[in-house]
Amino acid sequence: MIFFLQNLVNALQWGSFYALIALGYSMVYGILMLFNFAHGDIFMVGAYIGFGVATGLLALVSTGMITAPNWMILVLTILFSMILTSFVGMIVERVGYRPLRDAPRASAAITGLMIGIILETGNLILLGARRVSFPALIQTETYNLGGVYITNKKIMIVVVSLALMLALHQFVQRTKWGMAMRAMAYDYTVVPLMGVSINTIARLTFAIGSALAAAAGILFGVAYPVLDPYMGIVFGWKAFVAAILGGRGSVLGATLAGFLLGFIEIFVAMIFPSTLRDLIAYSIILLILVFRPHGFFGEPYSARLRL
Amino acid sequence: MLLSVENLSVSYGKIRALQGINFNIDEGEIVSIIGANGAGKSTTLRAISRMVPVEPGTKMIYQDQDLLTYTADKVVSRLGISHVPEGRRLFGNLTVMENLQLATFARKDRDKIQADLKRVFEIFPRLDERREQKSGTLSGGEQQMLAIGRAFMSGRKIMLLDEPSMGLAPLLMLNVFEALKEINREDATTILLVEQNARLALQFARRGYVLESGNLVLEGSSNELLENPEVKKAYLGG
Repeated sequence: MIFFLQNLVNALQWGSFYALIALGYSMVYGILMLFNFAHGDIFMVGAYIGFGVATGLLALVSTGMITAPNWMILVLTILFSMILTSFVGMIVERVGYRPLRDAPRASAAITGLMIGIILETGNLILLGARRVSFPALIQTETYNLGGVYITNKKIMIVVVSLALMLALHQFVQRTKWGMAMRAMAYDYTVVPLMGVSINTIARLTFAIGSALAAAAGILFGVAYPVLDPYMGIVFGWKAFVAAILGGRGSVLGATLAGFLLGFIEIFVAMIFPSTLRDLIAYSIILLILVFRPHGFFGEPYSARLRL
Repeated sequence: MLLSVENLSVSYGKIRALQGINFNIDEGEIVSIIGANGAGKSTTLRAISRMVPVEPGTKMIYQDQDLLTYTADKVVSRLGISHVPEGRRLFGNLTVMENLQLATFARKDRDKIQADLKRVFEIFPRLDERREQKSGTLSGGEQQMLAIGRAFMSGRKIMLLDEPSMGLAPLLMLNVFEALKEINREDATTILLVEQNARLALQFARRGYVLESGNLVLEGSSNELLENPEVKKAYLGG
């Protein structure tokens, strides 16, 4: 039982990363009908921007120009990095995807992969091949709850992730911007007839998705401080799987599927040798998709014709 | 003149959907364009709304403004040209209220929005009853009411209506057209209507145009058109 709970805690942490990244995938897919295959690399860029912001803030503190406790630096790092990374996402949308809005979807998919490679190699050129380590902004404290070990970092990661997901849900359900996003997911073509610019909503979608990926990147950096330019690839693919599993454009679906992925991975590794982890975990996912191809909360694809 | 269209041409690939048509509308008018399936009626409205690209040589002037310098969303938000598309095209995942609110996305005049909303519910009390219902679950008639209400909310000076009679029972059809007449009369809204149901359209509008394979072949007052032997033969069932 304790063993189980211990793994549950770990699964929640991994699920948080997957879910945060999956949300960006799912929103872009739901609203623009394209897979932003560069999204995993946006996660990487977010982590590096976080690294840059945190390092910069720490430098300012050490020169005495500002005084701030480390937790405040972490909060500021997350906020600034989310904003900066959202601009990266908007640039990707403007340069990479907008010209292809009416092109075949395969072109957009290829563009995504290319943008991913550009971001990875761009990072290599900028910072070199060495790995960088994310500054330790908070000291790990471990709590023993009846045999289950929980660290303050894990709690922070899960709480921040859930808060962001809740904020996103509120945004999508309660604001006029969110309403426009939902409308666009339903019927792309008539949105301009409401006086709403498709470009504005597309830009907003990319901005939000990228900001969430940046948050995931920084939280990842807090838990696993070694960053490298290719860290986004595997995360990107897994989050993509979670987005599909959750259902097109569903915030709740992407969140649940992200956590489910974390659980399956961790619990498979608990029972089987860890070398078999991904093989077994993704076979399970494949099986779920065979029986529910449109994911948990998506509509069947045949329900509606889309451009 | 509120809207003047000169030499409007639209092509879909190699197919010329509109071959240089001319027409105009004065403020406060109700004008109909009738024609068979595929004559180019929807394309005409979509061109005005800037939903389809037009061929070079096309001129569209709306209140002394060159329509071609506006994008589709600005046509609605800046010029107040609202468009009720064919098949209504509601956002079925949004509630009645949300559909109406979305149409005010770019509007800043809060008091006027509230007044307009009240007016929509006055014209269509059924919508008031169904405020919180998802629009996808409405009946056909209610959906058409909502589509018109939505266009009303988007700040209409002129309302473009694409086959509002489609799929409606005769009585509902009349209700919808009565409501449109009221909107035209009471709410200073010019109406451009395209319809396959020629008799209904011509009874509703003061004057009309006949569109045939991308060309406007006839124009005149509705009475003239209703009496025209060719119109009678082709569109009014003898």
